[in-house]
Amino acid sequence: MIADMKVEDIVGDYQEVSLQLYGSITRKILYTQIETSYPDGKLIVSTTDPAGIITHVNRSFVEMSGYREDELLGAPHSILRHPDMPPVAFKDLWDTVQRGEKWQGFVKNLRKDGGFYWVKATVIPNVRAGKVVGFTSVRRKPSRTKVDECSKLYPTLF
Amino acid sequence: MSFQFTVSPDFTPDHLSGWYIFNTWLQKQTGLAIHLEMYNDFHSQRSAIQANHVDLIYANPFDAAMLVRERGFLPLVKAEGASDEALIVVNAANPVIDVAELQSGTRVAFTEDPDVRLMGMIMLEPADLDNGNIVPISADNYVLVAKQLLKNQADVGIFLAEAYDDLSAMIKSQLKVLVRSQISVIHHALMIGPKLQDQREDIQNLLMSMSADEKGQGVLKNLGFSSWQIVDDEEMEFMIDLMDTLNT
Repeated sequence: MIADMKVEDIVGDYQEVSLQLYGSITRKILYTQIETSYPDGKLIVSTTDPAGIITHVNRSFVEMSGYREDELLGAPHSILRHPDMPPVAFKDLWDTVQRGEKWQGFVKNLRKDGGFYWVKATVIPNVRAGKVVGFTSVRRKPSRTKVDECSKLYPTLF
Repeated sequence: MSFQFTVSPDFTPDHLSGWYIFNTWLQKQTGLAIHLEMYNDFHSQRSAIQANHVDLIYANPFDAAMLVRERGFLPLVKAEGASDEALIVVNAANPVIDVAELQSGTRVAFTEDPDVRLMGMIMLEPADLDNGNIVPISADNYVLVAKQLLKNQADVGIFLAEAYDDLSAMIKSQLKVLVRSQISVIHHALMIGPKLQDQREDIQNLLMSMSADEKGQGVLKNLGFSSWQIVDDEEMEFMIDLMDTLNT
């Protein structure tokens, strides 16, 4: 399950939009223009089941997302989906990992407080005994150049 | 029948005798003939693994995927609470305070340690630096990486955190840490090859009980830690997947 965002969680001036997520889920998104910069030296790590439901998060994931761990476990990974991210990027991600390949890209993620943070994400299928049992996503600090490029490119992909 | 044990060539030199003492202890406890072979570099160690000469290894995380997926190794234990972390360091007089300020053509000194180098290069990515636009400077050990920085023959040094912390206070006072990784889940592990796998549980039990007796405690002290911790198959698979995402 994925709940609508709540006004009381939002920090700063916000805009509202309705976002269509994977699996016919519609979510009310409240988002601000406040960026949290990626912390140096850390990796944000999460694992999902084959359907994209979060099964593991590390401490950096919890800190950067603004959610509590118990709010994240069992939620779809699209809880981080920011309205500025073009759906075509996630289609490419899913098509790639479902072929059993590694996907890499720059992603603008949504925080619980409505703010955002940019990451360089790599997603790989977890293959155990020849079967895909889930996906691991590892994010690292992106360069400002790449973030600026993506900030210009992504609005053209809708 | 004799088995071969080897240790990742990035072991701390202070612990060389510790590994020989550990091997003697292991032979006595298991009743197996185990020969400890120390390779000078990763290349010769990997050749020995490929030739199926190695049966037990204290492995660098970078080699874990190859050991598990190509050579059929399984994890036993890791040093309790230990993880490999990397540091990005510059000369203290260098005006740079953020990695993002570094420019293409930066001279980067590092050792052969593959996991530390990988983590270090990831921490240089915010400056758009990669293997294609740095000037690599290879050093035999971390003291020499520090020397390259002190002599201004390198702009940046990639260190194993533990090795940097062990440098003298005098050397450290002339250096500046820009970033210290906080990854926590990348670690060396003792791993067992196919020929010894029927003994896996027995060896694991012996290792886990080491810290409970005085002799075992002494052996562990010589390795630089106080107890072993079990690494199960899934923890190893998780680390392999993680290394795989980083190695891109």
